Amino acid sequence: MIVPRILRWFDERLGAASFAKKSLQKVFPDHWSFMLGEVAMYSFIILVVTGTFLSFFYVPDVRPVVYHGPYKPLDGQTMSAAYASVLRISFQVRAGLVFRQIHHWAALVMTGAVVFHATRVFFTGAFRKPREINWVLGVALLLLTMGIGFAGYSLPDDLLSGTGLRIGYSIALSVPFIGTWLAFLVFGGEYPAPDILNRLFVLHVMILPALIAGVMGAHLAILWRQKHTNFPAKGLTNDQIRGPRLWPRYAFASVGLFFVLFGVVALLGGVAQINPIWIYGPYHPITASGASQPDWYMGFTEGAVRLFPGWEIRGFGHEIPEPFFPGVLMPSVLFGGMFLWPWIERFFTKDDRDHNLLQHPRDVPWRTAVGASVITFLVVLTIAGGSDVLASSLGVSVEAMTEILRWLVVILPAVALFVTYYICRELRSNDLHPVRESKITTVRRSSTGGFDTSEEEGGGFESVEERLGL
Amino acid sequence: MSDTGHGRQPPAPRGPDERRVSRLMMLLLAVSILAGIGLLVLYALGGQVQLEGILLFVLLTGIGMSIILWGKYLIPPEIVTEERGERPSPEEVRVAAERAYEEGETQITRRSALVRLLLGAFGALGLAAIFPIRSLGPSPGRSLFRTSWRTGLRAVDETGKPISVDALPLDGVVTVFPEGHVGSTDSVAILVRVDPDQLRLPEGRGEDAPEGNVCYSKLCTHAGCPVGLYLAQFHELQCPCHFSAFDVLDGAQPVFGPAPRPLPQLPLYVDEEGYLVAKSDFTAPVGPGFWNRGGGP
Repeated sequence: MIVPRILRWFDERLGAASFAKKSLQKVFPDHWSFMLGEVAMYSFIILVVTGTFLSFFYVPDVRPVVYHGPYKPLDGQTMSAAYASVLRISFQVRAGLVFRQIHHWAALVMTGAVVFHATRVFFTGAFRKPREINWVLGVALLLLTMGIGFAGYSLPDDLLSGTGLRIGYSIALSVPFIGTWLAFLVFGGEYPAPDILNRLFVLHVMILPALIAGVMGAHLAILWRQKHTNFPAKGLTNDQIRGPRLWPRYAFASVGLFFVLFGVVALLGGVAQINPIWIYGPYHPITASGASQPDWYMGFTEGAVRLFPGWEIRGFGHEIPEPFFPGVLMPSVLFGGMFLWPWIERFFTKDDRDHNLLQHPRDVPWRTAVGASVITFLVVLTIAGGSDVLASSLGVSVEAMTEILRWLVVILPAVALFVTYYICRELRSNDLHPVRESKITTVRRSSTGGFDTSEEEGGGFESVEERLGL
Repeated sequence: MSDTGHGRQPPAPRGPDERRVSRLMMLLLAVSILAGIGLLVLYALGGQVQLEGILLFVLLTGIGMSIILWGKYLIPPEIVTEERGERPSPEEVRVAAERAYEEGETQITRRSALVRLLLGAFGALGLAAIFPIRSLGPSPGRSLFRTSWRTGLRAVDETGKPISVDALPLDGVVTVFPEGHVGSTDSVAILVRVDPDQLRLPEGRGEDAPEGNVCYSKLCTHAGCPVGLYLAQFHELQCPCHFSAFDVLDGAQPVFGPAPRPLPQLPLYVDEEGYLVAKSDFTAPVGPGFWNRGGGP
């Protein structure tokens, strides 16, 4: 009763009734893989909620304090005010630890959801015209999510995060021409400069969340405008959309998903300990520990930095330091390639049509093969990011492990490329496209009782769209 | 998914299923309410992280599952197929939009001198806006080329105690700083005592490791992590971050891993009281590489 009256009140002022009707009746195609983007968005909401709580207690200050608190092993130790404030959140603020752990878990879930969402969009060709803009915004969101995650786990100023920052500084320093200035301006001077925590804090709680919210808003607005893609289905054309309406069916499913996701992340935050900074101890720039791994989504850079050999380019009093190649060049090529992918593909296919129907990965063997190869490359690098842990659990030396991984990071992506290509071609040529390059054989029984056969070329269909006659 | 063309589909027949589902939902929501009350009690009692997680899980998942069940079973499973509608605007609309823009553009292009000046003013504004970036950090200057080590400064340990020439046993290791600069990040060095007969230091550094006390920068030349592990068996210093290894006997040449350069050495001598003293700063800039490390502009 009340809602129509509210709607009327707004419509008299905004004239929003037709927009409201169209929105409520909007058709949202349904497939489990379409939820991944929603998981990312809802994780972000969880992160904002829990992060706001944490920000009321965290202090971005490197000034030394002497800890006196309930965590006895560190009692009397000198540490930064930042680290002490995270200890306070963990041990003194009621419900602080569960919020901190939910926050960290939600960050891991969000980055995972963004990565899987991007993977889904890539392998199903959902980035093709007219959705190139949203692909670019999506890759930007991936980078922003990784950036905000890195800034976030650097804040506690524990031994692990300090080591990560130190490596980040060295990577910034390695950029040709501007690296020295870049590192000094970003970090506020030669490492470890006192300003960096404050800057990371501002980035983590204001600039990056605002950017993510803005880009995510644009991403959703464009999705709203262009409407979601569909998997090919019987009787569905490229100009049609099929699915439940936003209200009520899709809204129920989506809101339900939010609460279930929040519940699962809360369970993880409660029972699965994550980033126990009190075990790592406070950061002192002159110490580092073994088995220092970043969060999973930065693992590939750590692995690349570990595996790349000690090569530098030197001459005329200048040098391009070693960390530049694995730490700057490799990620730039990777993400540059991702940003440009719709146009790279367009260059080869010359396909300028609109595509609202998705492809199955097998339909485009070469794209799927490239994707599988890049993923293999990143997985090997991520494993290499924990080479010491892997080596000790396998009982080999770190040196031997590194040598093995250096070979694997070259060989496995190549193997994945060829294997995926041929698997996709095989799948395409039998299951989904049974008539591809086939001959249609007709057997006729003549009136005299004999048989004669005739063969004609069957149609070789290029894609699902063509098979469906679009 | 069934296809009914356009418009709505008649609701699917619903039966006892619906009753069972709503009973399950009631149960879920009742448990959720109990979990919520449990959270309040737990909070008042002081909180306990695992229980908080479990109760939040029950509370939130109960709400979420019942909403999902509601949408899935208590709302007609209506699948709609409809036209996507026109996306590119009709040609005449596009042309009209272009014309609307061009009307204004002619007002701009007529006065090209003004336009150029306006662009110049925007450029000046942009430059003025960029300059505060310079405030973010000091000029690198020579700061990456030197540390706090000076000729005649004693090497001291973390507590500030000077190290005598015979303080370390063979294969003993200690982290040292210049006297008066304990904790200095770029000056941190690692002192290793080795058999002087085994040392193969580069030309001209033969005298810099009195009685086998050889001292190197503790900052890895790869990514700047503190090179903290000494493998006495191989006389190697190892970095815990990326596992670069440096041969202590051979002037800390890298023997494994991504480090591209040897650790800079700190030349030492023994003062009249028998303590280890720096002859000079390190033999090269410490830590990771940078663009003008070779002395270029």
